[in-house]
Amino acid sequence: MGILSNTLREKILQYLPRYPSKQAVTLPALHLVQDELRCVPRAAIREIADLLDLSPAEVHDAMTFYQFFREEEQPLGKTRLWVCRSLACALRGGEQLLGRLCQKLKVKPGETTADGKITLEFAECLGACEGAPAVMIDDEHRMNVSPEKVNELIQELGA
Amino acid sequence: MPDFEPVLLRRIGKPECQTLAGYRADGGYRTLTKALNEMDATKVAALVKDSGLRGRGGAGFPTGLKWTFLPKDHPGPIYLCVNADESEPCTFNNRILMEEDPHQVLEGIILASYATRASTAYIYLRYEYGKAFRTMQKAIDELYANNLLGKNILGKEFHLDVYLHRGAGAYICGEETGLIESLEGKRGWPRIKPPFPAVEGAFRKPTVVNNIETLACVTHIIDRGIDWFKSIGIPPDSKNPRDAGSYGPKLYCISGHVNKPCCVELPLGLTVRELVDKYGGGVWNGRKAKGCIPGGISMGIMTEKEFDTPLDFNGPGKVGCLGLGTAAVSVFDEETSIVDVLGNICRFFAHESCGQCTPCREGTGWMNKIVQRMQAGKGRMEDLKVLDEVAKNIGIMPGTTICGLADGAGWPVKNAIQKFRGELEEYIQKGQKSANLALVGAH
Repeated sequence: MGILSNTLREKILQYLPRYPSKQAVTLPALHLVQDELRCVPRAAIREIADLLDLSPAEVHDAMTFYQFFREEEQPLGKTRLWVCRSLACALRGGEQLLGRLCQKLKVKPGETTADGKITLEFAECLGACEGAPAVMIDDEHRMNVSPEKVNELIQELGA
Repeated sequence: MPDFEPVLLRRIGKPECQTLAGYRADGGYRTLTKALNEMDATKVAALVKDSGLRGRGGAGFPTGLKWTFLPKDHPGPIYLCVNADESEPCTFNNRILMEEDPHQVLEGIILASYATRASTAYIYLRYEYGKAFRTMQKAIDELYANNLLGKNILGKEFHLDVYLHRGAGAYICGEETGLIESLEGKRGWPRIKPPFPAVEGAFRKPTVVNNIETLACVTHIIDRGIDWFKSIGIPPDSKNPRDAGSYGPKLYCISGHVNKPCCVELPLGLTVRELVDKYGGGVWNGRKAKGCIPGGISMGIMTEKEFDTPLDFNGPGKVGCLGLGTAAVSVFDEETSIVDVLGNICRFFAHESCGQCTPCREGTGWMNKIVQRMQAGKGRMEDLKVLDEVAKNIGIMPGTTICGLADGAGWPVKNAIQKFRGELEEYIQKGQKSANLALVGAH
C-alpha cells in the first residue's frame, strides 16, 4: 500500500464525476492530502498523479504555484494560524499583532512552534476587514484580535 | 439621502436565514419557479441585459451583454463559473452574502445558468472563507434534496449541477481566466484574450464568469423588474453614448480608520464622504482623514479633498482613480504616512504577481523594493521618477501584460506620486523612516 490510505484515495476519486477532466481534481486532492498528512509528500504527489492520469511534474507544478501546500520537509503543525498583513488590518495594528505572535511563539512566519502545535503564517487580505486586525485559525476567521488578546489566543490553541 | 430599504441584505439576522425553509418562507425560489414556468432562457437573459446590471467584481462590465458573447446554438456543455474568490484587499461583501443568505446567491446562480444554458456551475471559492464554504455546501445539499438542483429541476427539462471548488490562497485566481486555469487544476496563470471565456473558457467550452454579488442581483431583477432596478442608482451621462449607467443597489465595504467598519447596502452613487461619515461612524479617534482607498487597493488612492466623489462607475475616474472596483473604501487618517500605505500596497502586488509577464513580475518587485528602501530612510529623489515610470508602463491598458493585476499595482503608485508628491518628497529629503521600521521587509 502506498502513502495514501484507501479512504483517502476514495475521497479523491469521489471528485472525478464533477469535472470533465481528471486534472481538475488536482486542487481538491492536494487539500485532502495536506489536511490529513500535514504536507504533500513526494510519494503522495506520485499517487495523486497516478489517480488523475497526470505526470507527477504536472501535480508538482500546480502544487508549488499555490504557496499554500507544504513539501514534506516543512510539514504543518496541528493548527495553522494566519495573521492578515494587508491594508485594512495593517491600519489597525495587524503588523504589530504578527510581530507579537512571532515573539511569543518564538517563530518566524512560516515556522512551527517547537511543540508542533501552531504554525504561524502571514496572510494577505482575509476578507474580514470589518473586524481588523483579523486572524484565521485553519479556515475560520477570528476578528478583532487586539494585541492584548494574544496570550488568550495562544492558550486556546494549546501552546 | 433617505434611508435605503435593503434588498440584498434584507434577510440578514432573521431566524432560519440560511435554511431553505426560511428562504422559502420569505418568498424564496418563487422567482425561479415563475421563470421556469413562464419564461424561456432568452427572455430571462434579455431582462438581465435590459436592466443595465453591471458586474460587481471590479470591472463593471455589463452582465447581460457578456452573456450574449456565448455562441448561439452551441451543442454544449456551457459552464458558469461563479467568482467567489474575493481577494481584493479591504473587500468582504461577497463573504457576507454567502455566510448570511446562501440561498439568495444560489437562486441567482440557478437563474443565470438557466438564462445562459449552462449545465454546470462551479463556484470558485477562496479557501479562506471556510464558514461560507460550509454554509453554501449545506444549502446546495438542501437544493439537491428538494428538486431544485440536479436533473429536471421543478419538474422541467432543466438540469443543473452546482459544485464548490476551493482555492488555495492566490489573488490572481480571482482574474477570470486565472480562475479557469486554477479550476482546471493548473497554476493560476491568466490567459491571453481573445479568445474570451464566452467563446473558449473552462475545459475549452463556452463559459461565463460572474461575481457573487452580481448573481445575487439577478433574482431581484427577474422578480421586481427592470423599472425597479433602474429606479435605483444613477442613469447614464446623456453626453456619453458609451456610458452604461450605474443602476441598482450596491454593497459598500468601509474599513480602516473609521469608528464603524462595516458593510452597508445603498444605491450606487453615494459619495466617499457620506459613506465614511454617515455609515462608517466617521474617522476614528477624533482625527481627520488623509485619504482612502476607494474601491479595493487596485483602484488607486483618493485624497480627503476628493471625498465628495460619487462612488458609481464613473465617479472615481474623474479624480484619476481607475474606477469603482469592488466599492471597498478603506480610510487612513492624517497621522498615517503615505509611504507606509504605499509600502503595504506594493508588497501585496509583488507577492501576488503570478510571474508570467515580465513587466509585472519585475515591475511589482522593483516598486516594492524601492518603497521599502524609502521606508528604511534611504529614499532618493529619483525614486519618484522611476516609480512613476514603472507604474505607467505596466498593465493591460498600456498593453504590456496579459491581465490587469499590473494595472492595479501601478495605479496606487501613480496616484500617490501625483496626489501626495509633497509628502513623498519631504519624506525622502528628511530621510524619514517608517513608524514600524522593524516590520519593513520582515516577511
